[in-house]
Amino acid sequence: MTPTSVADRPRYDCRDAYVATLSELAHDDHRIVGVVNDSVGSSKLAAFRASFPDRLINVGIAEQNMVGVAAGLANGGRIPFVSAASCFLTARALEQIKADVAYSNHNVKLCGMSPGLAYGELGPTHHSIEDIAWLRAIDNLTVIVPADPVETSAALRWAAAVEGPVFVRVSRMSVPQVNADDYAFVPGKAVTLRDGGDVTLIANGTVLWRALVAAEQLAADGVAARVLSMPTVKPLDVDAVVAAARETAGIVTVEESTIAGGLGGAVAETVVQHHPARVAILGVPEFAPTGSAAFLLDRYGMSPEAIAASARDLLRHG
Amino acid sequence: MTDLAVHEHIGLPVFERLGPHASRAEQVAHLAEAARQIRVQDLKLVHHAGAGHIGGDFSAIDILATLYGAVLDISPDRVGDPERDRFILSKGHVAGALYTTLAAFGFLPAAELATFLRPLSALNGHPNRTKVAGVEASTGPLGHGLPVAVGHALSAKLDGSPRRTYVLTGDGELQEGSNWEAMMAAAQHRLDRLTVIVDRNRLQQGATVKETNDLDPLRDKAAAFGLAVTEVDGHDHGELLDVLSAAPSPGKPSFVIAHTHKGHPISFMSDDVAWHHKVPDEAEYHQALTELEKR
Repeated sequence: MTPTSVADRPRYDCRDAYVATLSELAHDDHRIVGVVNDSVGSSKLAAFRASFPDRLINVGIAEQNMVGVAAGLANGGRIPFVSAASCFLTARALEQIKADVAYSNHNVKLCGMSPGLAYGELGPTHHSIEDIAWLRAIDNLTVIVPADPVETSAALRWAAAVEGPVFVRVSRMSVPQVNADDYAFVPGKAVTLRDGGDVTLIANGTVLWRALVAAEQLAADGVAARVLSMPTVKPLDVDAVVAAARETAGIVTVEESTIAGGLGGAVAETVVQHHPARVAILGVPEFAPTGSAAFLLDRYGMSPEAIAASARDLLRHG
Repeated sequence: MTDLAVHEHIGLPVFERLGPHASRAEQVAHLAEAARQIRVQDLKLVHHAGAGHIGGDFSAIDILATLYGAVLDISPDRVGDPERDRFILSKGHVAGALYTTLAAFGFLPAAELATFLRPLSALNGHPNRTKVAGVEASTGPLGHGLPVAVGHALSAKLDGSPRRTYVLTGDGELQEGSNWEAMMAAAQHRLDRLTVIVDRNRLQQGATVKETNDLDPLRDKAAAFGLAVTEVDGHDHGELLDVLSAAPSPGKPSFVIAHTHKGHPISFMSDDVAWHHKVPDEAEYHQALTELEKR
């Protein structure tokens, strides 16, 4: 009998880790401020506001101004954590992210809340499946997609300590803890959560645990799947991807974002240039129909069973 | 730079700040001469680069010269001082005017101006914060400077610091909605150490502002947004000096409408929309030089 499945572990909303960590960081460093677009509730920042009323700047429903203001705060020596729904933060203020933050090299931390399909039934206007592809194309911006509360917290601590622009996705959909309690975030490095030589699953964010469960199911069939957690989409861990391409029959990527230009795109670009191999990209291919986030992930082939099936398919035709 | 042909066109003196005992008349004369020399140098830059935005450069230069020559609490040896005043050029396309002004006041070696727009130069067509000391934000897309200025003014307020924030926008640029988002936030947070200066030359790239998407009544609009509005002749160094160095209006950001002329004071450029980014030919170049030397 294998240990309890990852699927059976308790589930957490990463926003709780977000506000707890941000409050601790702000307690220790007076430079840290929050910047929001009327998003105190959706970012779960009420506790932060209670502790640091002067250091939570609410610009109202005005995302372009929100990101510009954050750049100006950074110019004045503050470390702003912009906290807003990822769909509005990244789409509405994309040019501010590019020019005021990344190109100007202002020390701004962009926290995309409730990303991907988190808003489920609210529909594609509120889904943020494009954020990773958009931001990955911008120079001088680290793009991080944590998978659980431990990684969310660790990534935020790293972001606060490093000088320069960082984007962190903070998920709303509850997830089990997949990283160890003493997990240390290393930017640009994959984490091998499960070793295996037959096939590789590369995932991050809210679907990483699904990939781990898929690997459990594959193991039951005698297929040894390597599971690489890829919290940093940019810069990508090229060595880990190339090793997976070289050492296993192929790679299945799994992400809560569009199949165009996200984690799957980054892996495919790497494989094609360094060690051509079969890659299957699982993600969201269209404006999603009405449904909860979990329903939609299942619909788009990201249930553990469907991920395992993609891996088997890849092995069969590899 | 080893290219002598280019070097011949760099001849800008460095203007020291006048001391606290200089009279207002001496200050104004000093700023006027600095602005004249900046225009001469900027004309040469654009002529030799074969590109630039000379119309907007010439409408903004008196404002830039007044800020760097007398108003901003900043100096070449304090570009990294956290307590320096901040100036953000939102209309980033007049980078040539900014670079020339920075050189005139010692922030940038004048010889570096010879690289303007040349391959791999730090002096891009729009200013780059990471490459040019004294540039506070990499601007170019319009409607970005004012929000950044609001953010800086907020940081100063949080710090309890007296440092001031100045931002120069175009008038056509105010068609971008982000400016109005930022003005609401500036008033909401009572950022009285923020000064927004509008280079009100009434022309945008393709036509007059009035014909395109009129801003008037601009004074009333800014006042309705909660800003303390002043109007000045944007080519009068005395008026600019008085207004830009005045004490803030308690609780209100300042909004200075600087009435200017694109291409000022060149006879054939002034108020002509064609000179948004036209490059003077040989005859125009010499005529403009002659006009500037007569002043």
